[in-house]
Amino acid sequence: MGDILALVEHRRGEIRDATFEVMTCGRKLADQTGSRLTAVLLGSDTDAMVTSLKRHAHRILVVDDPAFKDFNNEFYRAALADIVAREQPLMTLVGHTAYGIEVASALGAELDVPFTTDCISVEMADDRPVAVRQVYDGKLNERVSFREAPSYLVSLRAGATAAEEGDADGEVVALETPPLPDPAHLKFLDYIEAVTGDVDITKADIVVSVGRGIKEEKNIPLVEEFAGAIGGVLACSRPVADAEWLPKDRLVGSSGKTIKPKLYIAIGISGSFQHLTGMKNSDTIIAINKDPEAPIFNEADYGIVDDLFKVLPALKNSIAEMKQ
Amino acid sequence: MNIIVLMKRVPQTAEAEVRVDSSGKRIDREHLTFDTNEFDTYALEEAVLLKEKHGGTITAFSVGPPDSQDTLRVALAKGADEAVRIKAEDFGDLDGYKTAQLLHAAVKDIPYDIIFAGTMASDDSYYQVGVVLARLLGIPHATLVSRIEADGDKADLFKEVEGGLQEHIQITLPALIAVQTGINVPRYASLIAIRKAAKKEIRTLGREEISPEGLRANTQVEELFIPPVTKRAEILEGDVEEVSAKMAAILKEKGLL
Ligand SMILES: Cc1cc2nc3c(=O)[nH]c(=O)nc-3n(C[C@H](O)[C@H](O)[C@H](O)COP(=O)(O)OP(=O)(O)OC[C@H]3O[C@@H](n4cnc5c(N)ncnc54)[C@H](O)[C@@H]3O)c2cc1C
Ligand SMILES: Nc1ncnc2c1ncn2[C@@H]1O[C@H](COP(=O)(O)O)[C@@H](O)[C@H]1O
Repeated sequence: MGDILALVEHRRGEIRDATFEVMTCGRKLADQTGSRLTAVLLGSDTDAMVTSLKRHAHRILVVDDPAFKDFNNEFYRAALADIVAREQPLMTLVGHTAYGIEVASALGAELDVPFTTDCISVEMADDRPVAVRQVYDGKLNERVSFREAPSYLVSLRAGATAAEEGDADGEVVALETPPLPDPAHLKFLDYIEAVTGDVDITKADIVVSVGRGIKEEKNIPLVEEFAGAIGGVLACSRPVADAEWLPKDRLVGSSGKTIKPKLYIAIGISGSFQHLTGMKNSDTIIAINKDPEAPIFNEADYGIVDDLFKVLPALKNSIAEMKQ
Repeated sequence: MNIIVLMKRVPQTAEAEVRVDSSGKRIDREHLTFDTNEFDTYALEEAVLLKEKHGGTITAFSVGPPDSQDTLRVALAKGADEAVRIKAEDFGDLDGYKTAQLLHAAVKDIPYDIIFAGTMASDDSYYQVGVVLARLLGIPHATLVSRIEADGDKADLFKEVEGGLQEHIQITLPALIAVQTGINVPRYASLIAIRKAAKKEIRTLGREEISPEGLRANTQVEELFIPPVTKRAEILEGDVEEVSAKMAAILKEKGLL
């Protein structure tokens, strides 16, 4: 049976956390199928990265080439297509990350292997993979089967698997750079740093966070006052930052900040996976949402199921009384 | 500039109760409302902004059941010149790959400079239809795009990666660009435009018109189920005054006030 192949993802010379999660899943699949986990690293100046991979994979295929210093989906897809075609793995695993989104399905389509994306788990059942994915705004999960083929490909949701320590001692195999597409198709130019403002929400003890449930910009002062009353800073979910009702540096989640305050109050936020990633390690989480089925209640410690426009004024009063 | 926009009509599930139907594999669509996938309203707006700047035409494509034409009509009202529905009812169960194959068959012979898509659709959450279409067409692509500067046969794209960092890349057109939400402020369609759009023809492509070679799904849904919960919040019971008092007491007890 073919190996399990895992793509290594890195940015600015550092391996991304998602890679260790993918390798954890990959080792389990390898154990289950009696095969090996092979990590594939496309990078430049790879020595330090290779060292940190050794424990995690049984074999490490390395292409060291300046073309792979920064991420370029055209180069990745072409090089991986070449490597996967030669290796004939049972399964190729990619993290479902900003990079993985661009690589996984392009690679699957190029090689015409059955694939699916953003899986929270994948297992082998009678020689065929079974994957679980989250659908409909996180309200349901689906279990999917694949059409039969010698090789499969799956991208794994970042943060869905806990990364575990490996005890392998990976054999390192250097590969020649496979033929790459015309570099004019897509060029990496530079990074643009995240914006920073006057308030650093990562440093606050109490964070009051507002989501699409607030409905209109003119309602923002309501949560502002509430945050003031409880002595917290104001943060938000993506729709509020997208609409520019609050600045981008107040965004909590995978494309914003990761915070661990003593108290996080989520107001009119459904609790999408991308949002939860940014706040689930807060000490105490309170959710105010009128939908009892909102996924946020599966992460919160305390919940109020009601209209936020009724709850906020009442809660503000109760807090003021309690503070006296 | 010739622009194609990919748009999907999806159930609005963020605030609704979502039930599985008797097949165990599909949702009960009866009591849900449907609207254009949020990402795709941003994709369309970006197309309209480019057309306003550079001229050209916009064609919107949707693979879906007959009511997908509601989404296409709104696209026509907001600035699309033509709209095409690919008749999902003709092609059996679809996954992201098969959807992309159908779109490929529909667009491969028409001229375009840019194909806009959303990064993901909120129902199936594949994050793949645009990417796969680009690969089937053999054109470059980018996803999570939050700013575009297109000029001639090149476009500068600013892509969101984790933690608020952006990557600035340059891509050669024709290309497929999958946008991130917040890239622009989608316009509302005027009443006059909506009335005009109601009279426009929406072309349909079914099995008679397109028959992609090797059309097949990669995956099949075996079961839809409510995610198992490992933790559940303690829901405070009572009227608004009561729950507020309880909440405040908890905060006090925890030393958070
Ligand atoms: C690559 C990528 C990265 C992303 N990164 C992030 C990120 O960093 N952070 C982030 O937050 N999102 C991120 N998102 C978006 C994410 O998927 C969700 O779309 C978003 O988190 C939803 O925000 P929300 O909960 O405010 O809105 P919705 O999901 O629309 O939820 C609104 C909630 O408000 C409730 N509500 C409505 N009215 C009331 C009322 N009157 N009283 C009480 N409750 C009410 C509803 O019941 C609902 O639960 C990302 C998406 C992608 C694709
Ligand atoms: N049925 C469809 N019809 C038209 N476009 C679609 C369809 N499904 C997906 N897309 C496009 O592909 C993007 C990503 O969808 P998905 O891969 O399903 O998450 C969407 O934002 C749309 O732009």
